[in-house]
Amino acid sequence: MMKPGLILSLFATLIFLLIGFSLATAYEYSSGLDHFSGKKGIIKIAGGTAHIPVMKEAARKIMRMNPDISITIAGGGSGVGIKQVGEGLVDIGNSGRKATDDEIRRYGLKMFKFAIDGIAVILNPENPYVKMNSQQLMDIFSGKINSWETMGWEKRGINVYTRDASSGTRKIFWKKALNKANITKTANFIQSNGAMKSAISLDPYGIGYISAGHIDRTVTAVSLNGVAPSIDNVRKGSYKIARGLYMNTRGEPEGLTKLFIDYILSREGQEIAGAKGFIPIK
Amino acid sequence: MQPFTEKCVEKGLLLSTILSGSITLCILFFMVIFSLPLFEGGQIDQFIRLEWNPYEGDFGILPMMVGTGLIAFLALVIAVPFGLGCSALISVFAHGNFSSLLRKIVELMTGIPTVIYGFAALFLLVPMIREIFQRGTGMCILSASIMLAILILPTIILFMSDALNSVPKSYLDAADALGATSAQKLIYVMIPSAWSGMISGLILATGRVVGDTLIALMIAGNAIQVPKSLSDSGRTLTSHIALIIASDYESLEFKSIFLCGLILFIYTTLTVFGLRLFRYLKIIGDR
Repeated sequence: MMKPGLILSLFATLIFLLIGFSLATAYEYSSGLDHFSGKKGIIKIAGGTAHIPVMKEAARKIMRMNPDISITIAGGGSGVGIKQVGEGLVDIGNSGRKATDDEIRRYGLKMFKFAIDGIAVILNPENPYVKMNSQQLMDIFSGKINSWETMGWEKRGINVYTRDASSGTRKIFWKKALNKANITKTANFIQSNGAMKSAISLDPYGIGYISAGHIDRTVTAVSLNGVAPSIDNVRKGSYKIARGLYMNTRGEPEGLTKLFIDYILSREGQEIAGAKGFIPIK
Repeated sequence: MQPFTEKCVEKGLLLSTILSGSITLCILFFMVIFSLPLFEGGQIDQFIRLEWNPYEGDFGILPMMVGTGLIAFLALVIAVPFGLGCSALISVFAHGNFSSLLRKIVELMTGIPTVIYGFAALFLLVPMIREIFQRGTGMCILSASIMLAILILPTIILFMSDALNSVPKSYLDAADALGATSAQKLIYVMIPSAWSGMISGLILATGRVVGDTLIALMIAGNAIQVPKSLSDSGRTLTSHIALIIASDYESLEFKSIFLCGLILFIYTTLTVFGLRLFRYLKIIGDR
């Protein structure tokens, strides 16, 4: 026979636990997601491929709580994002660069910057290089240095990978890392940040560039002029090749679209951005 | 006097023929209209050049034209011998269940989506080609041609084997009576008589190989250069359109893709007519 005191204390613990769980659930509801409750509809998102991890995570959280909301996320690149939102094909067009004045005027775009992202030069993990200076980088991308032998490694050609015309990552990288120098004609063209990562992880002699949020163990990030493209260095500004990540809408956002943008800019949305390797702006 | 329903059916069929035929013409018309501004004011020579560098105002699409031609040609060169061999095996050398099993497998191959081929090639073929040549990325015109050849093989095999099967039995009997072996029958009787049907398969395959976008986009490397060797990467007109379509509507870059479309159209039309002419001359010559 148990003592009444023990039973009581067990009971009390149970009640505490229950209260705790319900509070936790209530907290999750009240933390930006509750604005979506009872809402119905579709949010269509397209464009920048660097944004995709953040968008996916946010969409997953929103859709799990609210099965009546469906959010579709497509890639295509910054150019596609701006064009599609401008023509009303999607609700939110992502871009990894600022929209140009011309684009803003023509489509009446509103920009919402939600994170800062570094752009890192990446190599295959088999490649012994983890450091380069700006000059070497420019020479490699322009094709002036075209063999790893010149760099003191194996006698194999350097395979340069670049991104397609629509890429915001490419525009920023070209401007800030290559000083607008030409990229070699033999460069292979890749269509998204994700595809760039897999291309480099499969090619021991490849070199490419990618949104810093996408870096994982399958590729090595190069320290440029002695500065690694880490979150800290990008935040401090010592790693210079960085850009804002933007969500764009045509005119002021309304309804679900506005809620989604508010959610990304809320504390919770910013936490997602941080967890995915980007620097939240708030 | 035809019954009313029969007339209705006839008119209905006519309508659908006109509709599908006119869509092709409409697309051609659309391409011409949109690329017309490029022809005015002598701007056209700006596009038929080797340099593509939109930041500096170079919009030459010549490398893509060469790329499409080379990749398509290589794919056909690889696919035709294999196609001929497989169809001969199915229609002549193999018998009964084995033959129909082979045919079933080939029919199954037609259903595989292009993206699967591209994906498989990216992980299996590309690293192999890279190590064989010891240079480049492995994403090159040879990889793309090999995959395109595999893509069009079923079309070629099925058409050729149908053509071989439709050779009149009396011809075969005559060959048998003369004591011909299977190989002799194939070379001297069946192929000459099935020629026209086999060319039809080639026409369809050519159309597909020139028009396919995804395989070239995924594994040809998309470099803007005229490929000088099999292990160089190149870009086709189709993947060029896919890569550029996201750019600004007002830019010359975007306008140039209508020209690419028009050239693609002309490419396919020319090859189809060329093969048709070849078939026609062959038939005339046989008489």
